[in-house]
Amino acid sequence: MNKLIRTGIITVIILSLFVLPGCKSGGEKQKKIEPVTQKDVQKIKEDISKAEKMFNALPSPLESAMLIKTAGASFDRRYLNPIENVKLYTTTRSQALNLGIYTCDLSFASLYDQTQLIIDYMNAAKKMADGLGILDAINQETISRLEENINNKEVIMEIISETFMNSNSYLADNDQAAVAAIVLTGGWIEGLYIATQLVDLNNFNGNKLVATIIDQKLSIDILINLLESNKGNPAVDELISQVNKLKAVFDKINIQTTPIKTEIDPATNVTILKSKVTTDMSVETFKELTAVVKEIRDSFVK
Amino acid sequence: MKTVRLFSGILLLLIALSIPAHSQCKAFAKKEVLPELSPYVHDGNYHAAILVEGEEAELYKTFYSDMEYRVVVMGESKLPAVEFKVLDENKNVLYSSKDNGNSSSWDFKLESSKQLKLVIKVSSFNKPGDVPASGCVAIMFGFKVKK
Repeated sequence: MNKLIRTGIITVIILSLFVLPGCKSGGEKQKKIEPVTQKDVQKIKEDISKAEKMFNALPSPLESAMLIKTAGASFDRRYLNPIENVKLYTTTRSQALNLGIYTCDLSFASLYDQTQLIIDYMNAAKKMADGLGILDAINQETISRLEENINNKEVIMEIISETFMNSNSYLADNDQAAVAAIVLTGGWIEGLYIATQLVDLNNFNGNKLVATIIDQKLSIDILINLLESNKGNPAVDELISQVNKLKAVFDKINIQTTPIKTEIDPATNVTILKSKVTTDMSVETFKELTAVVKEIRDSFVK
Repeated sequence: MKTVRLFSGILLLLIALSIPAHSQCKAFAKKEVLPELSPYVHDGNYHAAILVEGEEAELYKTFYSDMEYRVVVMGESKLPAVEFKVLDENKNVLYSSKDNGNSSSWDFKLESSKQLKLVIKVSSFNKPGDVPASGCVAIMFGFKVKK
């Protein structure tokens, strides 16, 4: 009974600390609220200008898969993470990484019209999201909608995009930015893994897929910044050291571009950002990159 | 057991009280911003935050050659105008919404892949003495699907 009374008192104290300051009361004994002065407003505005927000936008799993398709690569299911592996993922880290990985595999399968794989990989992604407590990111209705539209690529991509947004918005809005960053890392590494595995070394020079892989150098700093902003989380700290190994290889690749000139296509009103690029990556560097990516990806899916 | 239940109840109540602003942001992004991406396919990423008038945000993203993009930047109606600029690595302004009739979207494609920076600024109502307005600002990207 005493415990109950104590709990009641604590409840009242907690509620008054968190809730009551926001409540209005007309009681005469209420402490007089000081009016907001011009000086206060100026101070708030100064604080605001200092409190700049920053977003590090990594390519989403859907965009990564689209880049591989656009580069003309062919589909090969051997490079997807088998759905039988879902039972291996029981920790937050492994579920977050593999939510990104399975979403990338799902996107890849959808772009190549692999109807059965689309359903299987959506179910695998659902298990990861459920494990992370992301309720209703992917529900039975999603799966049914997917089945009904299995031959409609546009609707499938819309569903994938929607479910991924449900997951990462849930994580962002529930102060789980570190988990959201891990999901994105998993998806990005999976895209890079599939791309590197699909390169035909007999057709290396002038290979469009190789050019797409080189372009990922432009995102490595964004990834590191994203992870650094969540430093202190043990899973993120481990990823930072893995990604830094990858950065060391990307640093061996040179990318030089001319300044951008903008031109508007009057027919479509689309702005074209014109610039020329020169890159160089030796076969040796590519092999090293492929090995490091594989090592990181293997550690994610084991 | 009762104590545990009571504490769980309090915790849930406190969590519930802290969620509305964020949930409101997600709902705004989904209902108001996403439709503006059409006919481009949303990439699935979510970039949204509560900003206050006068506040600035930055976003870094790599855009790839051979892809056609649309970016949409919108703020809730209770906020003053939200402006955005797109800059290259040398801080050259490639696009400014202010110079384009305060448009909330921009369609573009690149000859070669580039990392670009978006600077988003919530302007001010310029009402000295008023507590600054705050609301959700969402930045979303879509791309065209190659057949």
